[in-house]
Amino acid sequence: MRTLVTQQFTPNLLEDVSEMLSFDFMRYAFLAGTVLAILAGLVGYFIVLRNLVFATEALSHMTFTGALGAAIVGTEPMLGLYGATTLVALGMGALGPRVRARDVEVGTVLAWILGMGVLFLSLYTSKSGTSNSSIGVTYLFGSIFGLEIKQAQQVAVVGVLAIVVLLAVARPLLFASIDPDVAAARGVPVRTLSAVFLVLVAISVAEAVPAVGALLSSALLITPAAIAQRLVARPFVALLLSALLALAFTWVGLTIGFYAPYPVSFIISALAFVTYVLVVIWQRLRI
Amino acid sequence: MLHTPIGFADAAAGDVQLSWNLIADAQQLFAYHFMQNAFLAGTLIALLAGAVGYFMVLRGQSFAGHMLANVGFAGAVGAKLIGWSPVVGLLVFCLGAALGIGVLGERNGRMQWGQGVAIGTVQTFALGLGILFVQLSSSYAAGIYTLLFGAVLGISDRDVSIIAGTTVVTLAVLVTIARPLLFASIDPDVAEARGVPVRLLDNAFLVLLAFATAQAVQVVGVLLIFALLVTPAAIAQQVTARPTAAVALSILLALLFTWVGLAIAYFTPYPVGFFITSLAFGTYGLVRLFQLLPKTRARPQGELL
Repeated sequence: MRTLVTQQFTPNLLEDVSEMLSFDFMRYAFLAGTVLAILAGLVGYFIVLRNLVFATEALSHMTFTGALGAAIVGTEPMLGLYGATTLVALGMGALGPRVRARDVEVGTVLAWILGMGVLFLSLYTSKSGTSNSSIGVTYLFGSIFGLEIKQAQQVAVVGVLAIVVLLAVARPLLFASIDPDVAAARGVPVRTLSAVFLVLVAISVAEAVPAVGALLSSALLITPAAIAQRLVARPFVALLLSALLALAFTWVGLTIGFYAPYPVSFIISALAFVTYVLVVIWQRLRI
Repeated sequence: MLHTPIGFADAAAGDVQLSWNLIADAQQLFAYHFMQNAFLAGTLIALLAGAVGYFMVLRGQSFAGHMLANVGFAGAVGAKLIGWSPVVGLLVFCLGAALGIGVLGERNGRMQWGQGVAIGTVQTFALGLGILFVQLSSSYAAGIYTLLFGAVLGISDRDVSIIAGTTVVTLAVLVTIARPLLFASIDPDVAEARGVPVRLLDNAFLVLLAFATAQAVQVVGVLLIFALLVTPAAIAQQVTARPTAAVALSILLALLFTWVGLAIAYFTPYPVGFFITSLAFGTYGLVRLFQLLPKTRARPQGELL
């Protein structure tokens, strides 16, 4: 993470924004952050709807191992991430709904894969000198201010493509998620949609990890969607709200992270958490 | 407890050679005091993890172990930030989270699937808090791996006595309530009708779980907690339905994974967590695979010839 000369936050928001954007790394962070937040919010809505929460969290933890494995072999980590997460996501899908429900099994596999991750970390650290052990922290907790222009552009391009695909299949996917049998009877390609969606999940996870980390990605992938679904019943409104919330958390997180020495991923997860708690409490009080 | 090296490489550097003479290997293994402590602590912790884990899996509360560990992580780093022992912070937060689940959860502390999101949100936030504390206490960055992935280096004699004391007390309580707890876990409604204090037992168990989790984190870390707390119990319950046998098997497996993991990690420069999780996963996989094979028992006796 970069050490910042502490800037001064002024009441004039326009001034603050132009100050932030005058820095390269902030522009990259906002570019990547905006795209991946929207993607995460949109995909997250369906993740919660389709009961894939635990599997998604497991998948994102696994990117830690995947990224380090790629680092050891020397390949471009992001390629490794996209590939690995897609394979794993499709694999989970192929195993079917039985596996999703058995958290004991998923947890065991997850622990094993993370165990391999720590092996890779120790291999990588000994291979390239101990000063590099911070790479583990980068993948676990993200480093959005550390993105380079190429990475930011990559995240943006892939993210926008994924968003377009998701919006294109949103309607049939919604149908297939709520009532798969009726949808299938009506000619909706449920299985294909399922596979496409899993690929989208994999991409969202792979994109979120360098920014907010493998451990905190659910703050963007799950929580905004969960909040939206609690507040709004109409699907497409909830979908939009989910994306907006994820975007808001990210922008506020980046801003606070710029002016104060707190890790951006923490701020995002804290915002998400606090909002979620407030909504839950508010709903309990109303009833 | 919280030193930097991820594997044993730094500490046991030099002439650590695995030979064919197992006695000699064992002597080498226990030559250093830190390894003796590591084995002592590991044994005690595995004992507790295996026993408590059995009930945890039985009650469908494996999510709870994971969540307690994550919240404990924030507590440990937070404690370090204000100058306290991380183990204390770990335990305090684990207990707090356990009581939180007890108060907020449904009966039995079993969460419905929909509440998984709530659990996940708390877990994530706890991890986020952890990284905040790490950043705030800039000197602690390296120790974070120990918390996340475990390490048994640098366990002092005092640590061992604390672990021993905690284990004994927790196990004693567990043994005392084992029978009613089993009843309440398997059939809470009938148990309640029979006068078993189900809610009390639920909360008592959560407290025991907090202690077991805080212990287990010291060996395998927060992220790998499943391998010690859940998998041995899960394997045991796949193999046998009889409670006594299952608990015994669960403890045995936890001990096995810990001992073998420690031993292998000693002779190689790789982290303990990797070996324990691999052993756990491998064993679980083998057991499940074995169960998928056609059972010879199904054939009538006469055909065995």
